[in-house]
Amino acid sequence: MMEKSQLCAALTTIVPEAVTVEGKQFAELTVAPQNLRSVIGRLKEDPGLSFDILVCLTGMDYGTDLGVVYHLRSYALNHMAVVKTRISDRENPAIDSICSIYPGAEFHEREVYDLLGIKFNDHPDLRRLFLDSTWGYPLRKDYKDDVNIVLK
Amino acid sequence: MEVKEKKVGLENEEYIINMGPQHPSTHGVLRLVVALKGEIVQRVEPHLGYIHRGIEKMCENLTYQQIIHLTDRMDYLSAHINNEAVCLTVEKALEIEVPERVKYIRTIMSELTRIQSHQLFWATFGMDLGGLTCFFYGLRDREKVLDIFEESCGGRMIVSYNTPGGLMNDIHPNFQNRVKEFLKYFRGVIHEYDDLLTGNVIFQERSKGMGVMTKEEAIAWGLTGPTGRASGFSCDIRKHYPYSAYDRVTFREILFDEGDVFHRYLARMEEMRESMNIIDQLIDNIPEGPYTAKMKPVIKLPEGEYFQSVETARGELGVYIVSDGNKNPFRVKFRSPNFVNLAPLNLMARGSKIADLVAIGGSLDLIIPDIDR
Repeated sequence: MMEKSQLCAALTTIVPEAVTVEGKQFAELTVAPQNLRSVIGRLKEDPGLSFDILVCLTGMDYGTDLGVVYHLRSYALNHMAVVKTRISDRENPAIDSICSIYPGAEFHEREVYDLLGIKFNDHPDLRRLFLDSTWGYPLRKDYKDDVNIVLK
Repeated sequence: MEVKEKKVGLENEEYIINMGPQHPSTHGVLRLVVALKGEIVQRVEPHLGYIHRGIEKMCENLTYQQIIHLTDRMDYLSAHINNEAVCLTVEKALEIEVPERVKYIRTIMSELTRIQSHQLFWATFGMDLGGLTCFFYGLRDREKVLDIFEESCGGRMIVSYNTPGGLMNDIHPNFQNRVKEFLKYFRGVIHEYDDLLTGNVIFQERSKGMGVMTKEEAIAWGLTGPTGRASGFSCDIRKHYPYSAYDRVTFREILFDEGDVFHRYLARMEEMRESMNIIDQLIDNIPEGPYTAKMKPVIKLPEGEYFQSVETARGELGVYIVSDGNKNPFRVKFRSPNFVNLAPLNLMARGSKIADLVAIGGSLDLIIPDIDR
């Protein structure tokens, strides 16, 4: 098992286009949306990192930007990393799908599309997962809920 | 009069049937759209959202103590472990060390939760495959665990016993005796489970070689829990990232290579036995002390993000909390095990018979509220 600082150093050499910082818990990489798929692909394929598990894929609304957060893990080398990306276009947000790298991302990405309206390019079957088309995107911070009462 | 020749035989045409949302074998409101050719499944497409309550959205308007009660309603059979996941995340963020007593009690309760969840799995899985007897046997034994919960937690199923910093209240004075009594009882009757199902030829015929997931597929799809471990994927969070008192006990991670329905079932059977071993090691050594750490009435997490995984009865539950320093979280994400385990259902069921789809779905032990959240 690598120490977090060692892992960060390794990440910086292998994916230099990402900004790697040592977070409180994990190594955190910030990636531009256009580099996302190539960065995650290399994180998985590189034998020194071998992030072969996509633990969690989270859609975020930071208020101004939208974003997607990927938690990756390697059981073989026993380490974790977080990849973050931000999209500034709120009207028509789109990002590359990582289904070709992790097939398990398919449902996760549909969920994010459903609840935050982020489109995933090259997703095999991008439809809404839980809600029907009459809904807005409820996890967005500017979502107005006229029907239900949200406790404040 | 000319009689038109009736066209019989749609064997070569594909047709679509809806299984659910109200189908007894889906154990909840899961709708599977199944494309069939004759009896053979061509495609399965889960349609979700029938019990989507927007728990993640609700969390954004609730305090951390209140969130605990929502997590019960996700995977209701692992209620205690879900509570623990949020508590551990909050404690990690606040850098609070909970008392030893709490760690021990949480671990024992978690393992009891796992046992009763697998008992219900066994009961309903047998029923899915046509053996109604299993249901009565399984629920008979599960009641005994629920009685233990009721005595200490007040609730039987959705217990909400954990709270950030510790427990709601101390265990009942009877707790240790009741648990030991239960273990003694359950060790005596667990062979009935094997007699009824495991060794049953009809059951084995229906489950062996069905819905196979290889280790590579399990890793690629991120399957966890007994479903992943039956494929030989070592993914037990209790082993890899021990929390609470799991670093103090020795136990075996149940791994099989076959990855079929039968071995997913077997993994759960073995896990029940391992859970009993874990409880054995802890039940007599619960340290004295307070049952909760000193906490402020209003919990505000420092700005930042926190992630914690726990092993529920179905796999890895990850809690990801982003805090902006307020008493409500900025964003909460639950990485629920059932959601991930359901995704490759199409891959597993393709090419099998429609009746086997019930077996495959049953072996994933799906809890629908955990998928929809």
